[in-house]
Formats: sequence, structure tokens, C-alpha cells
Amino acid sequence: MRFIPLILAALLLALPARAADLTGTLQKIKETGTITLGVRDTSIPFSYLDDQQKNVGYAIDICMQVVDAVKKELDLPNLKVATVAVLSSNRIPLMANGTVDLECGSTTNNAERQKQVAFTNTHYLTASKFIAKKATNLTTIDSLAGKTVVSVSGTTNIVQLNKANTDRKLGINVLASKDVSEAFLMLETDRAQAFVMDDIILAALIASAKDPSAYAFGADAFSAAEPYGIMLRRDDAPFKALVDKVTAAFYQSAAGKANYAKWFQAPIPPKGLNLNTPMSPGMINAYAHPSDNPDPASYN
Amino acid sequence: MGYHWNWGIFWEPSPEGNGTYLDMLIQGLWTTLLTAACAWAIALTIGTVIGVLRTVPLRAVQWVAVAWIELFRNMPVLVQLFLWYFVFPEVLPPSWGVWLKQLPNAAFLTAVVGIGFFMSARVAVQISSGIEALPSGQRAAATALGLTTAQTYRYVLLPMAFRIVLPPMTSDLLSTIKTTSIALTIGLGELTARARAMQEFSYQVFEAYTAATLVYLAINLILTLAARWLEARVRLPGYGKA
Amino acid sequence: MSSFDFEEIHRSLGYLFFDGMRFTLTLTFLAALGGVVLGTILAIIRQSGSRLLSSIAAGYVNLVRALPLVLVIFWFYFLVPYLGQWLTGATRPVHVGGFASALITFIAFEAAYFSEIVRAGIASIPRGQEAAAMALGLRSSQAMRYVILPQVFRIMLPVLLTQTIVLFQDTSLVYVLSITDFLGAAAQIAERDGRLVEMYSFVAVVYFVFSFTASQGVRRLRAHIAVPH
Repeated sequence: MRFIPLILAALLLALPARAADLTGTLQKIKETGTITLGVRDTSIPFSYLDDQQKNVGYAIDICMQVVDAVKKELDLPNLKVATVAVLSSNRIPLMANGTVDLECGSTTNNAERQKQVAFTNTHYLTASKFIAKKATNLTTIDSLAGKTVVSVSGTTNIVQLNKANTDRKLGINVLASKDVSEAFLMLETDRAQAFVMDDIILAALIASAKDPSAYAFGADAFSAAEPYGIMLRRDDAPFKALVDKVTAAFYQSAAGKANYAKWFQAPIPPKGLNLNTPMSPGMINAYAHPSDNPDPASYN
Repeated sequence: MGYHWNWGIFWEPSPEGNGTYLDMLIQGLWTTLLTAACAWAIALTIGTVIGVLRTVPLRAVQWVAVAWIELFRNMPVLVQLFLWYFVFPEVLPPSWGVWLKQLPNAAFLTAVVGIGFFMSARVAVQISSGIEALPSGQRAAATALGLTTAQTYRYVLLPMAFRIVLPPMTSDLLSTIKTTSIALTIGLGELTARARAMQEFSYQVFEAYTAATLVYLAINLILTLAARWLEARVRLPGYGKA
Repeated sequence: MSSFDFEEIHRSLGYLFFDGMRFTLTLTFLAALGGVVLGTILAIIRQSGSRLLSSIAAGYVNLVRALPLVLVIFWFYFLVPYLGQWLTGATRPVHVGGFASALITFIAFEAAYFSEIVRAGIASIPRGQEAAAMALGLRSSQAMRYVILPQVFRIMLPVLLTQTIVLFQDTSLVYVLSITDFLGAAAQIAERDGRLVEMYSFVAVVYFVFSFTASQGVRRLRAHIAVPH
């Protein structure tokens, strides 16, 4: 008999949340019946368009886990999933003004950005490096002095490039392109002598280029391995708690590790490219102890 | 999900390390003005030549001028800039192409040439309309006085034509300044490009674009006043009153 | 530098025209329509007696004409969601798609230019027309609707069409928002396949053919509908 209040309480807690009790993103999703994902066109293998113009990628698969959890949590089996293509330069404004609810791509999680948006548990770690054509023999950051170097607008990489340029007085002519494929094209057509970007993205670009053997990584890095996080709105504790719970569970499960292997150690669309990148020690750590810490050192 | 205003952003240092955000915008303004001035110089020079050729009493020469005008009028400026920036270096011999592509101010030079040629068509139309607006008696009188065609243009037709077309030419100059913003697509760091960079680094969208807007308005005002002063200076007393 | 790859153009025709050019032409048509309507309203407001409304309209037209289109495109891209929120009283900025944002921008921008054309047209109508209309007992708005505006549009049609051709070319600037219009579609293919020369040359030729044909058409029209004075 005395269990009845407990049973009633358990039943109440098990009921899906009503829209009136919800705040922030969860309320928006419940009211509109749609969750909007911010996706990328060419961030291989995180979020990109395959040759059927479908959005696929490692981060997209993680986001779909969150979508499934939202469906259960809000009792919306017919939840519509909308996608909005974003660029490095507009992903944060579009998150802040409510256009997208989750940004599933290759966004670096750092303290500066956490003033505008929030991130969930880290899904990748990558250092900022540069590539150049082998023929030009550019190996160190100092060797880039006086050259034209391209990076992408709105990325931490271009900020790091500018900083290195000013600090070391290299007189580099910095080109800002609107996305990675345009930047790679600059390098390919010899308009720029080097391209600064996260190393995994660079590796994917080289591997899918017309002549992969023409390019080489520089020896120097512009930064230590920094965390990527799926982005969500700030000051939205209920939604963040849900996303954190889902991602942490996913990373620690076999399905999560299989997802990593699917995108980084097996052939991926559209051309069956295999990036052959096993988990680094930092990544193993990030999966075993999921965290949204922006400090790269915390993953060692 | 509201917008956070921060008008003090202009005095904060930009992540590019070259000073404050305000400095960034001023650099952009300087680039805009320099690009527009150089492009306008090209446009005026070529445009006057083409405009004159358009009115010369030789069908073949007129045809060349018409072809030039139609060519540059019927393509969007952006497409013309892309042709100069992406296509032109590729159709040159490889070593020249690579040299062109690796020039440190490739974007500036491309913008100046591209916008200059585009505007030359407009200037040509203005000049030719100005010349055609002159009473035919002017040309006849010049011939009667024994002036050659070149002298007719130099001493009789062009001076009046320029005065007639001064107002619409001012609007073309303003148009040139506005058109420099399109060169942001090929990497020129002019005012609108810098405002967008400021927006991307600081997320202060409306502050950045308001500053750019105010600057363009100021340029517009200053040039309109300067043009009015110039028109008053060069006006011929008694001309134009029926 | 390998030879010109015509095959590349041939392969891309579907995407270029069905996705890209369709966007461009739809945007041009709708923005021209909206721009002429809004522009006419602005022109009429400026003709009206009200000093306040007239200066607001004049202020708007002068402001827009002083700004580069690229800047106006950026403005509306960021502003429209907040405007939507304010207008509809929503709790968050309204998400507007790329096409809607571009359409609003171009209508607002071109209206300033169309309004100057219509204003010039109204000014060119002899005062006698308006006086005669009044003498016949027509109200001011009826005079505008049945006497003045029909004449204005007939006289200014060539100029309005020429401005529409300019608008057609201006739509290429949606490139700065990475929206897929005709040029944007070509740029995507150019970057993906590394075929810059083929794609951009083709785009240039197509724009030229469309614009030139249209402007020749306007020239014929001008001769055809010239009102004998």
C-alpha cells in the first residue's frame, strides 16, 4: 500500500514531458515538431554531401542518436528532421538566432566560443596544421614568410594563422576563403602556397584530391590537438543535459566505437576513401571519459 | 536567443593582431577608395576613347565601340571579376599564369582591371550620349572653320559633352565605389569585406554593418556635394537656357 | 593546362539550368514584380502632400541607393529573422530560407531604383493631364490610377525592363551567401571538379546571351510603343 505514491511518482516521471513544462530548445522542438540540424557540405568525414546530395558523416550519425533520444523524450515519433547547410563563418550566428538547434560538424570547442554557444561531449581531437605542394618544400611555419597562405573564414585556424603571422612577423598574405573546397582549390591552382586547417580535414582533402602525392604536411603545427564538439545553444540546461547523456552513453558503447571505425577506418562515400586513422590516445580518453572541456591538455 | 549589443566592440583588438576593429574598418575604407580611384581612372580613359569612337562617322569604328559596350554591359560584374581572376590566368602561358596568380595583390589588381573595364562601358555610353546631345550645328560649324575631326572632338565636342554628362558621371563614380564591394568575393579586403570579417570574429553583426553603412553614406554625401561644386564651377553662363 | 572540357559543361547542364537558372529567373521575376509595386508606392508617396511621409520615402530611397547591394544583402540576411520575430511577436527569430531572404532583399533594394524611374515618369507627364482629370471630377487617387500611371508605365516600360535586366544580373550576388543560383551552381561544380575555366566561361556566355537578347528586345519594344508627341 505504501508503495502506491512511489509507483504514482514513477509513472509521472515516466510520462513524456509536456510542452508547458519545457523550456528552450526542447520547447521549440515540441512546439514546431521539427528539430533543425546544422550540417556542412564538405567537412569530410564529419558532415558532408555524398554523391546523392544526402547529408552523411560521423557527426551526423552522432546527432541522429540525439534525435532518437529527443523523439523518445518528447514523445514525438514523427519528429521531422530539417537540415540547414552552414558555413564556418555563420554557424555561430545561426545557432544563436535559433535557426539551427544542433550543429553537427567539425566545430572546435574553445573557451572563447563558449561565451556565445555551448558544446556537448567532444567527438574528435585535431591539431591545426598546414599542407603545401611537395615541390615547394615548405616544412616549417617560418618557411611560410612572405608567401600566400589560405585558410577558411570563421575558423580557429585562420585566427591562429593571423596570430602566428603577427607574432613572428612573417609578412604572410592571408587569404580567407568561404569553405575548405574553395581553399583547397586555391592551393591546387597555385594561388596559395599553403593551406592551414585541422589535420583530419586536410588528410581527407589530400586523399580525395586528383593527385594526392603532390601534397605534403608541414612539420609544424599551429596548435595542439583541440576538441571538436557538437554545438548547441547556451543557457539551455535541460537540452544540454539530454544531449550530454546521449553522447556520453554512445561513446562508451560498442555502437559508438563502431561508428568511429565506420568513418575513420573503413571506406566512406562517395569514392570509398579510407582515412585509416585509428583512435589517438587522446581520442580513447575522450570516448572513455566524455567531457566538453575546451582545454586540449585535459585529454592527455 | 536575443542579440547582445556591444558598441564598444570597435575599440577592442581584432584577432588579426593589427589593431582594433575600428582599424580594420579604416583599412577597408582605404582599400575601397584606392580600388575605386584606380578603376575609375581606367574607366574614364578607356570609356572616353570608346565613347568617342561610338560617335565617329565611320561605321566600322562605331561597330567596334558598340561591341565593346555590349560585351561589358551584358555580363554581371561578378562574372566579369571571376573571368579575370580565375579564367584569365589559366589561358595565359603557364609561367605567366602562375606569376599572375602569385602576385601578392592579385585581388586588388584584378578588381581594378575588372571593375575598370566594366565601368568603361558605362562611361562610353555617357560620353556618346553627351556628344550626340549636342546640336549637329556644332560639328558643322567646326568643319566650316576648317577643324579636323580630332580637333573638333578636342576643342568643340568633348568639352561641352563632359559638362553635360557631369551629373550622370558622378552617379557612375559613386557606382564604381559601390561596385568595389563585389570584389570581396575574390578576396579584396575592402570595407564591406572587413565589416563581414569583423562580424565573423566578434559576432557583433549589427554594429559592424552599421559602421560600414555610415561610411558609405558619408562617401555618398561628400561626393554629391563635391560634384555639385564642380558642376557650378564648370557651368558656362548662358548655355542651356533656351 | 589540359584542353577545354566541353563534356563537363554537358554533364552539368541539368543542375545548372534546373536548379541554378530556375532560381535566378524566379528571383528576377518575383523581385521585379515586387520591386515595381513597392517602387510605385514609394513614388506616389513622394508625390503626395504629406511632408512627413514624403521625407520618409525619400530618405529610404536615398539610403538604399547609397549602399552597395552586397552590404544590403548581408544586412537583410541577418536582419530579416529578427524583423520576423518583431512583426509576428514570436519568441525567437524567425527562420527564413535563402530564397525568401534574397527575395525580400532584392524587392527592398530594387524598389528604390524602380521608384526613381516611376517618379521621373510621373514628372514627365504634362500637368495638363492631372488638371484635366480634376476638371472631369476624378479624385486624386482616381486620377493617379486611371490617367497618370497608365501613361507613366507606357512611357517608362523600356526603362523598367532595362532595370529588370540589371536586376537579372544583380541576382548573381547571392553568391556571397553561398545560395545556389545559376552562378552559384556553376561555382559549386567548378570547385568540386576543378573545372574553373569551363564553368565560368560558360556562365559568362549564358549571361551574355540572355542579357543581350533581352536588351535587344527592349530596344525593339521602345521603337514599337513610342508615343507620338
